[in-house]
Amino acid sequence: MLKIRNLQSGYGKLKVLKNVSMHVAKGEIVTIIGANGAGKTTLLSTISGLLRATAGDILFEGQNLSALPPQKIPPLGCVLVPEGRQIFASLSVEENLILGGHPLKKTGKKELLRQLERQYALFPILKERRDQYAGTLSGGEQQMLAMGRALMSKPTLIMMDEPSTGLAPLIVQDIFKVIVKMRDEGKTVLLVEQNAQTALQVADRGYVLETGKVVLQGKAHELLEDVEVKRAYLGKDYGDFYDGKS
Amino acid sequence: MTAELFVQYLFAGITYGAIYAIVAIGFNIIYNATGIINFAQGEFVMLGGMISITLLPIMPLWLAITTAVMLTMVFGALLEICFIRWLENPSVLRMIIITIGLSILTREAALHIWGESIRSLPYFIGDEVMTVALFGARISPQVLWVIGACGLMVIGLNIFFQTTSVGREMRACAANRRAALLCGINTRNMVTLSFMLSAGIGALAGCVMSPITSTQYDIGTGLAIKGFTVAILGGLGNAMAAVGAGLLLGILEAFSVSVLPLAFKDAIAIAILLLILFFRPHGLFGSRTAAGLKEF
Repeated sequence: MLKIRNLQSGYGKLKVLKNVSMHVAKGEIVTIIGANGAGKTTLLSTISGLLRATAGDILFEGQNLSALPPQKIPPLGCVLVPEGRQIFASLSVEENLILGGHPLKKTGKKELLRQLERQYALFPILKERRDQYAGTLSGGEQQMLAMGRALMSKPTLIMMDEPSTGLAPLIVQDIFKVIVKMRDEGKTVLLVEQNAQTALQVADRGYVLETGKVVLQGKAHELLEDVEVKRAYLGKDYGDFYDGKS
Repeated sequence: MTAELFVQYLFAGITYGAIYAIVAIGFNIIYNATGIINFAQGEFVMLGGMISITLLPIMPLWLAITTAVMLTMVFGALLEICFIRWLENPSVLRMIIITIGLSILTREAALHIWGESIRSLPYFIGDEVMTVALFGARISPQVLWVIGACGLMVIGLNIFFQTTSVGREMRACAANRRAALLCGINTRNMVTLSFMLSAGIGALAGCVMSPITSTQYDIGTGLAIKGFTVAILGGLGNAMAAVGAGLLLGILEAFSVSVLPLAFKDAIAIAILLLILFFRPHGLFGSRTAAGLKEF
């Protein structure tokens, strides 16, 4: 579904991504883990067109995204839930969702309303708060709103940038349940996380990004068992292995 | 001061205040979409008046005004498309200097086209000496046109922004441009639209005020300063607060005439601008924290 070949990207002269190649198949959850500054957000920004790739291809269902402006990408079925939610704080919850349905404009109002009801069914709290300013929601509610907004346009691939940041562990669980639910409904998810443990538990496959390069890839459960991953991203040090605690 | 005189001053204040408010709303619409102050805003008002005056000999008044508003909107869109749109991540300072340049360019072009002469549209109803009695004061019917037209524009803009999908998209752009892009909204078109909208309301204000205040090639500068004062007074980016601030400035100016010489009228606006920038830069109705987050 999504194929990335030798992608290079960055900010001005600063090259962040150095020849990243990866793929995401239909119906799977793929996670990208890595430390701060590894290039995770840069990768998602480049796929969604906010940053221009300096080299390489991004093929989404056979179409090359790397030359498209950002607003042309959601109508193809590829949406990003950005880092830090980025909701429209001064607009109501319902308006936020309707704006997410912008790519459906041509298919008519009926479809838009149907999608709206679907998101309300998925996130009942949003229905309760539909007329509230989005900026008054709690962090978890804002994350749900950002996800609902992205789902409004009936995407086939949904990219999520650090959905668990700043949320209480219980809420993080809720969010990840929704992510699994989305996959079960046939959507494809590309998940970027610093919370590697939780991400690898729900994902099918994973990539480990380090200073702009893919250093490791594989099945999620294999990565969970990998000694290097454990040490670097799951908070266990070498001592734990020698003591046999792991 | 007698009650009649009081009402008289009040209406004069509201008339000017309504015009300042429209100019300030124009500033705010563009500020919200782009984060810059478009200093060519006053020129839109001048162009509206001038074009309608020029067209009047060949068409009826309502058509001349409509055409003038349309042409000014096209002009606004062209300014944006030619000078703003193609800039990649321009700095705020650069954009402001561009709009100041455009303002000077427009003004000088107007000087060459229309000359220095002071012109005006005829009164929409009656003539200069016709008045209607209202609360004991005698008011020109044109005053009611100005107040009515500005009031309708404010209501119309509110309906546009709150209920239409394009209005909602423009608010989304103002709230979070990046997120708007991620929703598939063409934010550049929204910026062009904001210039057209500002140009349109400015031009209409320029037409209705022309019989009372007259139109000359350089009225834009003064209006831009007053409008800017009002926009800051109300809180930058807050379109509806601009209405309150506009009326406040207009009324203050009108009443200042009764205590200070007429020549000090403009000094009032500038003094308010300075005071507000020193002591309440987030405006009377704005919030300090929101202002703290603004780049400019």
